[in-house]
Amino acid sequence: MAQVPADLKYTREHEWAKVEGDRARIGITAFAQEQLGDVVFVELPKVGAKVTAAQTFGVVESVKAVSDLFAPLTGEVVETNAELVKKPETVNSDPYGQGWMIVVKLANPKELDGLLSAADYEQLVAGAGH
Amino acid sequence: MTQIPSAGALKRTPLYDVHRKAGAKMVPFGGWEMPVQYTGIIEEHRTVRGAVGLFDISHMGEFEIAGPEALAIVQRITTNDASVLAVGQVQYSLLCYPEGGIVDDLTLYRVDDDRFMLTVNASNIDKDWAWVTTHGGGGAQWTNVSTETALLAVQGPKAEALVGRLADTDVTRVPYYHFVRGAVAAVPAIISRTGYTGEDGFELYAPAARAEALWGALIEAGRADGIQPIGLGARDTLRLEMKFTLYGNDIDETTSPLEAGLGWIVKPAKGDFVGRAAIEGLRKRGVMRKLVGFEMVERAIPRHGYAIIHQGSPAGTVTSGSFGPSVERGIGMGYVRTELAAVGTNLAVEIRGRAEPARVARTPFHPSHTKKA
Repeated sequence: MAQVPADLKYTREHEWAKVEGDRARIGITAFAQEQLGDVVFVELPKVGAKVTAAQTFGVVESVKAVSDLFAPLTGEVVETNAELVKKPETVNSDPYGQGWMIVVKLANPKELDGLLSAADYEQLVAGAGH
Repeated sequence: MTQIPSAGALKRTPLYDVHRKAGAKMVPFGGWEMPVQYTGIIEEHRTVRGAVGLFDISHMGEFEIAGPEALAIVQRITTNDASVLAVGQVQYSLLCYPEGGIVDDLTLYRVDDDRFMLTVNASNIDKDWAWVTTHGGGGAQWTNVSTETALLAVQGPKAEALVGRLADTDVTRVPYYHFVRGAVAAVPAIISRTGYTGEDGFELYAPAARAEALWGALIEAGRADGIQPIGLGARDTLRLEMKFTLYGNDIDETTSPLEAGLGWIVKPAKGDFVGRAAIEGLRKRGVMRKLVGFEMVERAIPRHGYAIIHQGSPAGTVTSGSFGPSVERGIGMGYVRTELAAVGTNLAVEIRGRAEPARVARTPFHPSHTKKA
């Protein structure tokens, strides 16, 4: 069973968001990286770019597959993980820590209410047959 | 996330339960439910390059032909010259259409003077069976032994020592592209020094009913060598680094052996065979396109179906592409116009709307370590 930290919010597309004041740090879940397999490429937006909830903000590629990344929340990108682009395998080894992808300044904090709690996400993943 | 759609009832190899127990991720492949990975594609890939890996490739098909006309029939339906094969020798060959496209690629085993075995791709078994029995009739008996035959590949620098410890015969005396009949861990087997990885190793043909025993014995005896089961994911990256073609991706009914760089297994001097006139016509006219290997200049991964671009204009299509774990970059193959096929030619691959720089590479991408005869 993949790890699901209690203090994060989740999307049905297997991204996580961690609220840090008026910002949110964003990455993909342990379940997502397990499903992807070895991550060998990560493409992230530039600082200053606008991302929109439920729209793609980047791409993650494993050896076998290409997957879009979906923004959990709307806002402006204020930080990106440049180290991750150089060492994409960090997504596999530490998806909730060093494997973070972007930090977004929230345009609409109410969107947080629409995200899944850890308990809800855990249920979703359990329903995926794992 | 991307999911490969499953298609109807999938076939299973005799080792299906073993793979499930080993924690393999199973995926549909050419009508079969096969392990794509056990621990991870990159780790499995490196295990084969550095130690030894064990593959279940029992999904592949095996046909036997026996009878006084067996050689003549094989000569008529395959492109390579089977007459040069001694008993105990293997040959890479093709079945071609009269129009010159490829029905399948295969390995041909000379089991006896008048007996051969053909190993064909899993996804093509039914098509190939219909083809060989239609075009290879008269004076010999065909038998489809695909179901009762398991096929295990033991590949990597430690493969020879491992198989050697379990075999009842001296496998160090089996040269590349040769085989012997013997027993491995008391399981009767054809021990063939062949593979699809670019490493030294063997492919072991054994009765399906004994597949589990053979698999278990190899895993047990190989523990000290660092053996791991290897899925189709690493099989694909290993073969791509060698620029070995995969039927359905790099070669098919629309591609000529000459375009695919397989002219070396087409031997028109041997006499007539299906496809000869068309292939020789093309050889005289010259091919318009060639299958090249290319590497990405920046961090980017080419994929099957992406467009290849030269100076802003379409120049071809990627037929196979991936991250190469040994070369640690994006690599691929694709057909480009002949004038763009020279090593070093600057190309680009269109990835998500951007032209990512690529160049035609010297191949294999990673040095081959097969034991040459």
